[in-house]
Amino acid sequence: MKILVAVKQVPDTATQVKISADPRAIDTTGITWIVSPYDEFAVEEALRIKEKRGQGEVVAVSLGPERVKEALRSCLAMGCDRAIHLNDPAWNGADTLATAKALAAVIQREAPGLVLCGRQAIDDDMGAVPAQLAELLGWPCASWVMEATVDGDGKTARAARQVEGGLEVFDLPLPAVLTAQKGLNEPRYPTLKGIMGAKKKEIRDVKATDLGLAVEPPQLSVVMLEALPPRPPGRILQGDVPTAVKELVRSLREDAKAI
Amino acid sequence: MANAFWCIVEDDRQGTPKKVMAEVIGEAARLSRGQTEAVWLTDKASAAGLKQLAEWGATKIRLLESAAFAPYRSEVWVGAAAELAVKEAPRAIFAPVTSRAREFVARLAARLGVGLAADCVAFAMDGERLVATRPVYAGKLLAKTTWAKTPSVATLRPNVFRPAEAQPGRTAPVERPSVTLPAAQMKFVERREEVATGLPELTEAEIVLSGGRGMKGPENYVILEDMAHVIGAAVGASRAAVDAGWRPHRFQIGQTGRTISPKLYMGFGVSGAIQHLAGMRTSKVIVAVNKDPEAPIFKIADYGIVGDLFEVVPELTKEFKKLLEK
Repeated sequence: MKILVAVKQVPDTATQVKISADPRAIDTTGITWIVSPYDEFAVEEALRIKEKRGQGEVVAVSLGPERVKEALRSCLAMGCDRAIHLNDPAWNGADTLATAKALAAVIQREAPGLVLCGRQAIDDDMGAVPAQLAELLGWPCASWVMEATVDGDGKTARAARQVEGGLEVFDLPLPAVLTAQKGLNEPRYPTLKGIMGAKKKEIRDVKATDLGLAVEPPQLSVVMLEALPPRPPGRILQGDVPTAVKELVRSLREDAKAI
Repeated sequence: MANAFWCIVEDDRQGTPKKVMAEVIGEAARLSRGQTEAVWLTDKASAAGLKQLAEWGATKIRLLESAAFAPYRSEVWVGAAAELAVKEAPRAIFAPVTSRAREFVARLAARLGVGLAADCVAFAMDGERLVATRPVYAGKLLAKTTWAKTPSVATLRPNVFRPAEAQPGRTAPVERPSVTLPAAQMKFVERREEVATGLPELTEAEIVLSGGRGMKGPENYVILEDMAHVIGAAVGASRAAVDAGWRPHRFQIGQTGRTISPKLYMGFGVSGAIQHLAGMRTSKVIVAVNKDPEAPIFKIADYGIVGDLFEVVPELTKEFKKLLEK
């Protein structure tokens, strides 16, 4: 069975982000880029499914500029067999729908039995691409998946999705889209052998025209980015514990009216 | 142009809308110039639930009631809702941020070929243009976004928007449109309930207590739960505590956990790593208790106590008890 994993390269959480001269974008100088953490759960799950079945292929796909190759290389080092890089300036400013359309076009050509994604990317936190991908493909979709298994003949996936108050378990006819929630698994670290091997694996560049896609204006666009409004300075409550606690409770009640 | 703002109803699966709907309806009513419509896909709507939506300010309720809507499956919901949306052409489609609503409206937006803004914390009208504000990059920046065409689809972060005040006696017409129900592709197997804690759900709670690495071990969360029972709070945890296996992942607050925005957040032994702040920085009032005066959480806290949480927590519980007994 072929499994396709869609990943996104995002700034490391600890990286400072600054607004660039163009107020709609961040200044990318000095940023450390990583594979979005939820996507690593998706890669890990794809590899586990393949290993359990004893055969198959895991293909990593990502959309973005040249630097995205580094993220794809990490996926290959983890164990993905090959990668596809949707690398075209036509996709600059792509919103979730344009991204989903590009991915859907690749998926139609690759015809995998299963698509795995992270539940959301930690840069724009939109969490929309997987469901939109499922819609464009006409496939079922289970989001925030905490457990996943694929049956022996590769026709059905059983997935437990996290909902408020519990888990809901469904059987999805394949092909389908699943999105990984934290808790699904513990992603592996690439081995030295994996890292060396990744250098020889294929990363294929794909342009919009290769997929027969015309460039469309985004349906959702950023007007501007803004820094957070500063929070008013806080107060450290002094004195011994009983004194400080009494003052805290009084402040919460009388000043902040929070309790 | 159509002016109706749709509010997709999130319910408790027992026929009652969740209270977050007061926030969604309240914000929609502020923007909609009088056409605030509740759109409810459910297997059973209670009469009390319908009344509640009207009292919150829905001017019309579009009720899609069928056994096929439970449990939620995107392929069924999207087909039904899209058919109605194409016919009625609403100006906007709002839903609260919940696990299923996030997926549902993303898929609905793709079906309608329009943009989606998720997890919004503010809206403004710029002439005829709706502009949404949403946190990005771990909440370090805010992005103002806008749509190329209508309907503008968005999800709203709970506890951020001012809830509509219920006006007893206010009524609204209930329409039951007939729509084609797509066949379900996904087959329901089972639902596994979490062990009930007797405490509010993390994302819905008005007060959240959070325990970090300073809690020292899973056995100590009981002191936070004691306080939570006194003040009606939910208890969450930092990533450090979850990764150590002290609390299940569903209690994690932060970038790879839940995003919360309570009236009052109190962190105990939480250092305030960026990825934790990403999940709680829109809280209204922030209290931090930590032994380390240099802990980053003090930078965003409104009130801080530098001290040992194992002394502070029991004292605080005692004081809260005294206050609430008055």
